[in-house]
Amino acid sequence: MSAPVVTVGTAQFAAHAAAASNGYRAALAREWRRASWPVRFSTICLVLFYLMAAASPVIAPYDPTLQHRELPDCPPMSLHLSAPSDWHDGFFYSHPLTLTDPIARTYTESRARRTYIHLFSRGHLFTTASSDAPYFMMGSDGLGRDLFSRIVYGARVSMTVGLVGVLISFSLGITIGAFSGYVGGLPDNLIMRWSEIEMSLPSFYFLLALAAVIPAGLSAVETFVMIVAIMSFISWAGFARVIRGMAASVRSRPYVEAAAALGGSRMRVLVRHVIPSVLGYAVVAATLSVPGFILGESALSLLGLGIQEPASSWGNLLAQAQDVQVLAHYPWILIPGVFIFLAVMSFNFLGDHLRDRLDPGNAG
Amino acid sequence: MTRFLLKRILNMIPLIVGITFISFLVMSLVPGDFLSNLRMNPSIPPAVIRQMEAQFGLDQPLMLRYAKWLWAVLHLNLGISLAYRVSVLSLIGSRALNTVILSLSSMIFAWALAIPIGVIVATRQNSIWDRVLSFLAFFGMSVPNFFFAFLLMYFALRTGWFPVGGTFSVDYASLDTMSRIADRINHLILPVIVLGTAGMASLMRLMRSQILEIKNSEFVRTARAKGLSERVVIYKHVLRNALNPFVTMAGYALADLLGGAALVEAVMNLQGLGLLLLDAVRSLDVYLVMGSVLMGTVLLLLGNLLADIALVAVDPRVDFSSMGSR
Repeated sequence: MSAPVVTVGTAQFAAHAAAASNGYRAALAREWRRASWPVRFSTICLVLFYLMAAASPVIAPYDPTLQHRELPDCPPMSLHLSAPSDWHDGFFYSHPLTLTDPIARTYTESRARRTYIHLFSRGHLFTTASSDAPYFMMGSDGLGRDLFSRIVYGARVSMTVGLVGVLISFSLGITIGAFSGYVGGLPDNLIMRWSEIEMSLPSFYFLLALAAVIPAGLSAVETFVMIVAIMSFISWAGFARVIRGMAASVRSRPYVEAAAALGGSRMRVLVRHVIPSVLGYAVVAATLSVPGFILGESALSLLGLGIQEPASSWGNLLAQAQDVQVLAHYPWILIPGVFIFLAVMSFNFLGDHLRDRLDPGNAG
Repeated sequence: MTRFLLKRILNMIPLIVGITFISFLVMSLVPGDFLSNLRMNPSIPPAVIRQMEAQFGLDQPLMLRYAKWLWAVLHLNLGISLAYRVSVLSLIGSRALNTVILSLSSMIFAWALAIPIGVIVATRQNSIWDRVLSFLAFFGMSVPNFFFAFLLMYFALRTGWFPVGGTFSVDYASLDTMSRIADRINHLILPVIVLGTAGMASLMRLMRSQILEIKNSEFVRTARAKGLSERVVIYKHVLRNALNPFVTMAGYALADLLGGAALVEAVMNLQGLGLLLLDAVRSLDVYLVMGSVLMGTVLLLLGNLLADIALVAVDPRVDFSSMGSR
């Protein structure tokens, strides 16, 4: 996050010089001190979420597809601190729950028994001695799968979809927009008419129609790629138009004309002079458009058109809440929504902060 | 005025053709078609399948089917829904009306709250109200629509104060007119809150930055120098000018509203265009998908057009001749 700050912003020349002398960590520490507390909170959230995505098998206490058939729709379990004399068994413990009414799915807590939670054991951050006596931090779903483990694995989809999508649509947008604006003429006209069509699409309707193209029976990874491709296809146009406008205004600037006069080829001027001048804006816009991808994937998966069971994403975990009975009796099924909200909010705060830092002329 | 309108409407035609063609192309890429399930069924003789293929034109090449569809659309015939076996137009009509009602009420709700709050916040810049409300706006912008819908549905389930989803009650048909209207409104409250708050947050932020910008301009200083009261300065001079971008935004907000409405309709089970499209996409009902996409596009373009006309109405500086090519 700090790297583009150091390399991109012209206003950050001082920070750049400081970074060169004091090193990267000092610059990072200064950025941290400058940030408001919502921005700091957002940064921490995102670091945690990406950690979850990168180290899912370690952070998830159980296999996300492991079904505890005797514990369906189990509520989040209680957590207690052990007395110091019991610390050799584990710092924390929970009371096991038993299903008393399999129809209404009511549970009773056996206060007399304890399930100890072991930290850093069997290759997990925390887990219980065996998966036969699980600890459901956030409850379980209708098949008795640990919701927290599924959320952790779901982070892989939900947290990468934004990055990959932004990467694709922005590479497209920057290349096409800069080309269109700098070259002008007929190609410019054609590209802009095409982007107008794409921008007039009722995008969510179109997203739904396009999602139908995804054939059934694809693996989770293939579906993921399809979803990202579809959303990038829809979203590059608006961005290309802004970049085009900026590139067109840069074209007549003296330094660009000078580069061309000195014999720089079109391609060279485009890549070395036009594109870098729009990069500061691009970083801000990229950060602010990540939430759109996260929400798009969640919405599709929620409606059953995206990532399919048994793979999990934060969106398809929420799909069960569409059943009013489930929503009424097992409200912990909404917890993945909190994660979506936190991720979206973090990117919004971060993007807003980056705009203040990189694009001071455009504050507001 | 007429020339401008004509130009704008003519501009819409290639857009509509382009969009519907892309949709048609997409639907043809879908593996299998509406009859795939029937073909699997051994009890249906192949002759019947072939007859249905011919009836729905599924055996013809893509371009021909698209041309036929477009020709039919020009005669206000959107084709027949393959799944419901009724004309697409009759299906879409009532659904689109529901979506429009939902979108418009959300928009009114959002504006009615966002504009006064934006004014209050901007006139008390950096006060505790400004900070709290601006933070809440950011918060509200980040809550996903569908998640908020779930939360409100859970709230409705717990308290029983509102109906949980649906467009009307089970006994709707037996009610008299007044009770019907009351019933519909009762079912609209939660979806409108969901959709309205989503738009409200960004509108409020825009209002705030607009007013702060205009407050420092010279004509406001002149107004103050004339000795006008702060009230008159804010409401007659600042506010009127701050509203301009809102009128432009109204057209674009409609795009977000339509998309947001589709999702909320699906989650809260409202009989709107979005839910209809979702069902059509799931059952590969080609003409119904096409009809819904077309309807959505037309609503969107119409919204943009109305916004442009309204902009001219509120801002005398904008003239038609400069707006033809946009």
